Amino acid sequence: MNLEELYQEIILDHSKRPRNFGPLPDATATARGDNPSCGDEIDLAVKLTPEQVEDLKFSGQGCAICMASASLMSLKVKGKSRQEAAGMAEAFRHMLTSPEELEPPESFGDLKIFSAVRRFPQRVKCATLAWRALEQVLSAEPEEPITTEEDA
Amino acid sequence: MAGGKPDFCPVSSHPTCRREKFRYGSGVAPAHSWLSTRKDFPILDQEVNGHPLIYFDNAATSQKPRVVIDALTHYYEFDNSNVHRGLHELSNRATEDYEAARRTMAAFLGSLPEEIIFTRGTTEGINLVARSWGEEHIGRGDVILLTEMEHHSNLVPWQLLAKRQGATLRFVPVTPEGVLDLSDLDALLDGPVKIFSMVHISNSIGTINPVKELCARARQAGVITLVDAAQSSGHCPVDVQDLDCDFLAFSGHKMCGPTGIGVLYGRRAILDAMAPFHGGGEMISSVRFTESDFKPAPHRFEAGTPSIAQAIGLGAAAKYLEGFGRSAIFAHDQEMADEALAQWEDIPGIRILGPRTHRSGSVSFVLKDAHAHDVVSMADQYGLALRGGNHCTQPLLHKLGVPASARASFYFYNTPEEIARTTGILRKIQAFFA
Repeated sequence: MNLEELYQEIILDHSKRPRNFGPLPDATATARGDNPSCGDEIDLAVKLTPEQVEDLKFSGQGCAICMASASLMSLKVKGKSRQEAAGMAEAFRHMLTSPEELEPPESFGDLKIFSAVRRFPQRVKCATLAWRALEQVLSAEPEEPITTEEDA
Repeated sequence: MAGGKPDFCPVSSHPTCRREKFRYGSGVAPAHSWLSTRKDFPILDQEVNGHPLIYFDNAATSQKPRVVIDALTHYYEFDNSNVHRGLHELSNRATEDYEAARRTMAAFLGSLPEEIIFTRGTTEGINLVARSWGEEHIGRGDVILLTEMEHHSNLVPWQLLAKRQGATLRFVPVTPEGVLDLSDLDALLDGPVKIFSMVHISNSIGTINPVKELCARARQAGVITLVDAAQSSGHCPVDVQDLDCDFLAFSGHKMCGPTGIGVLYGRRAILDAMAPFHGGGEMISSVRFTESDFKPAPHRFEAGTPSIAQAIGLGAAAKYLEGFGRSAIFAHDQEMADEALAQWEDIPGIRILGPRTHRSGSVSFVLKDAHAHDVVSMADQYGLALRGGNHCTQPLLHKLGVPASARASFYFYNTPEEIARTTGILRKIQAFFA
């Protein structure tokens, strides 16, 4: 899949009309992710119960890949158990960063499209930003803003 | 070895006699000759993603001509040895070629050879000044003056120094048009200001700053000056006597030279009084167990085995550029920038950053419907190499209200035809994301 097809498939739709975009007044946890050299900034707000990710929304700005990834993540993760959500985040990160190409889990659905980003190393941090913020929320230590790049 | 030595006054040690400038050729080279320079750059002749490469990322690093590649290869194949210590033939050759490169760079800048310190690049040069000069001369309550247009490399070293010494930073503001607002310069230079470090040409928005005037104003106020010439040294005439700056730093790789080599110029009287930067071999005259004596400048500031091949390659690059004359290169940059501005201004939703005149061939822009990284990734699919992001000028872009921009930056081997093709590509990208 070339980049244009990748964009066309699903990313443009979700970046132009991101789902679950906006504030979440009854959030129990928040995390910010940023890629300073891209100017990507994602604020993730999550309503966690002891068992599950009851609701989540995000706000911020970023490139099409970053926004679409956050939008699709919000659809996939909402209502999942904490454990399932953490597992998806880990699997998503592995899909993009493992040295070998991994077959994405069946449950990924539309998220599978992002496996193509693997071939554009500079864009991996765009696709994983919201997921890193989610992992931070789930690990319950959201004090430090997270960044997915080393330098700026 | 790459070329002959510069023509120095052989009999006199008087400094003014030993300052030898390159002789400029006939001024502006005819337009058609720029096209023929492309054959000097093997890398340009290739397809990327099925399209002929358009390399418009020259502000990040320029490409290397055959003469520079050959200088590196020749050195490693015939002369490789360590400098300033061997008593054998290869070491003599390496030393002579390394020091010849220093003389070449002195001629390139209108300085004395002793005023040329080889560094790893602009960043190291600025850090050297911040450490060796700054820690001696900047104390609690002193002020470091910068501009809001600085690359992170001319900002962060001063932040670190200010924190160590208890000094403060002050900034010449940038207007929304992307030029320096000099209306309060006298007030900014007033008080315990010790150094004014300024960028010559902005890497991210292309503004050309009046550094000669700024250095003169600083001098009147008794303030030491440093010029960040990373974007200018290979693109326009840069003469330290004309600018009358105290320090000037640049990188070799942005002016057709290798990576890992750069130059810090320092006024001789200042360098002679400065403490060393790194300690180690090469920079000492005598070492005892508890203390050492140091060589005079420039060797005092070049600890350890230097980047010998790279310095020789940089000398070859300087000679290659001076074969055209940097005023001719500057004129070509200007033509390219004018052409790009004229063609791109009509693209729907585009905002071109920086001034329309007094600008370099680095053209930064934002498309309303497409993030800079999406623009750059899509451009790459057409073989067009742009840069996207904040270009290591995060505070500047923040002030201009832009999270990230895409940038096309030109050099003499780029052609108007490439700009025309880029216009088509940008229009396609704009329509795709609209």
